[in-house]
Amino acid sequence: MSLDKKAVRAIAELARIEIPDEDLDHLAGELSGILQFVEQLAEVDTTGIAPMSSVADLTLPLRKDEVTDGGQVAAVLANAPDADDGFFTVPKVVE
Amino acid sequence: MTKLTNLTIAQARDKMAKGEFTALELTEAHITAMQAKRSLGAYITETAEQAREEAKASDLRRQAGQIGALEGIPLGIKDLFCTKGVQTTAASHILEGFKPPYESTVSGKLKAAGSVMLGKLNLDEFAMGSSNMTSYYGKVVNPWKSKSDPAKLLVPGGSSGGSAAAVAARIAMGATGTDTGGSIRQPAAFCGITGIKPTYGRCSRWGIVAFASSLDQAGPMARDVRDCAIMLGSMAGHDAKDSTSAPLPVPNFEAALTGDIRGLKVGIPKEYRPDGLSDEILRVWEQGIEWLKAAGATPVEISLPHTKYALPTYYIVAPAEASSNLARYDGLRFGQRVEGKTLDDMYKKSRAAGFGSEVRRRIMIGTYVLSAGYYDAYYSKAQKVRRLIAEDFTKAFQDVDVILTPTAPSAAFGMDENTDDPVTMWLNDVFTIPTSLAGLPGLSLPAGLNADGLPLGLQLIGRPFDEETVFKVAGVMESAANFTALPEGV
Repeated sequence: MSLDKKAVRAIAELARIEIPDEDLDHLAGELSGILQFVEQLAEVDTTGIAPMSSVADLTLPLRKDEVTDGGQVAAVLANAPDADDGFFTVPKVVE
Repeated sequence: MTKLTNLTIAQARDKMAKGEFTALELTEAHITAMQAKRSLGAYITETAEQAREEAKASDLRRQAGQIGALEGIPLGIKDLFCTKGVQTTAASHILEGFKPPYESTVSGKLKAAGSVMLGKLNLDEFAMGSSNMTSYYGKVVNPWKSKSDPAKLLVPGGSSGGSAAAVAARIAMGATGTDTGGSIRQPAAFCGITGIKPTYGRCSRWGIVAFASSLDQAGPMARDVRDCAIMLGSMAGHDAKDSTSAPLPVPNFEAALTGDIRGLKVGIPKEYRPDGLSDEILRVWEQGIEWLKAAGATPVEISLPHTKYALPTYYIVAPAEASSNLARYDGLRFGQRVEGKTLDDMYKKSRAAGFGSEVRRRIMIGTYVLSAGYYDAYYSKAQKVRRLIAEDFTKAFQDVDVILTPTAPSAAFGMDENTDDPVTMWLNDVFTIPTSLAGLPGLSLPAGLNADGLPLGLQLIGRPFDEETVFKVAGVMESAANFTALPEGV
């Protein structure tokens, strides 16, 4: 798979990373090179093999449904670049 | 008297028990050394004042008879572990200024064992790299110098490059590392120290900045095998806050160092001899096999047929998980923010300004392989091949007790080498990535020097949750190797 500028722009949009137009060509080359490298997996026969998402052979442990933490508004907001009156702030999202 | 900074953790522990010096004296010696070697770039944040207070508290505990397994031992913490009230950056601009309101489980356990934190160690940005050159806070210099070109700056390896350089340069007695595809083992090999990535699930991931959650694992980096065993004993254990943490008791790893490996079978994988592998690496590997034979173990040739697919599998799985994990850096809840006209605009500008080029590249690859229409062809395919790679090891371990391989395909390289093409850089991890994909414990120890006077490492791989056998065999190899070379200025 070889990616063009348009494809790179679409991926950047999905990843929410602004990329200057002058970087697109270079990135397209790099990402295409990486995809060509990983595409050698196509030669492996994986018929009937289940995907492996984790090596931990565990069933997801469940704990009691009870409150164990909370009430720490100041600690939660302490690292926010902009907080106001107990809330995170964002640019206006509703016109 | 030996310089305090040249002691191992076990030696310092025993000498403090005899009252030969205090934790404060030991800590002061390390603070002085740390400040004298700032040119290495090993620490992002030094916490000297806090370290002094912790050392004083440790001395008081000792007087009261409360002596932890790492009582008074000064350690460095990789800047990927959240430390309460101390800036934690993951070596990224996007987390500059972030002061976690909580402590990671592993660093908290080390504190509870009595250790002293000297500071936060440099790494590749978000632990993505094999050279420690992608850190926003500057490159780390390997304290070892090549004989043929002493002026050349060498990389310490990565991503735990600050940890490896600090332990090698004697500006921390030991350090935490994390390993996703080789990030403890490859820098340990490059810097002539010992490091172990334990079995996935052995150490809690809670409070460690996430890169690829199905692969990330914390482990110790130290001067020798015993020190790694001591540290891992304090770092490991079940944690209800990490659902992939294994509910298993923690063995006494130090007690595993019996020196007796008679009758053990050591697998030698025939696929770990790629074309172009240097004679130096092959020679040190052969030497390792001879050491184990002399100690009564039996080498057995094994086959891990899917080895060549481990690298491409990793470079789908790890970026996919990274692209999901790093979605949290939104300029909103923590870290750096660049204002934008809309919410999306703010996200895009904050992330563009905050991430370096390697991180950006991996997020984009991950985003692509998870996107509609490509998920099956890339991500799902890689997950299937991952199972085949893991099954290779399961089959091999029916016949052998431990596997011996080189840690990395070369010694430390120059800062100006291997930088043009990302795939070439990734080849550094060709011997460590298969173990990561299979979740197995892997230890690197220094086995010799190359012609240029630079350390070369060997890797021991064990069965799941059998770090004890890995430590036992490593202890025997360490005695045989008798690696006493030191980097410049130590």
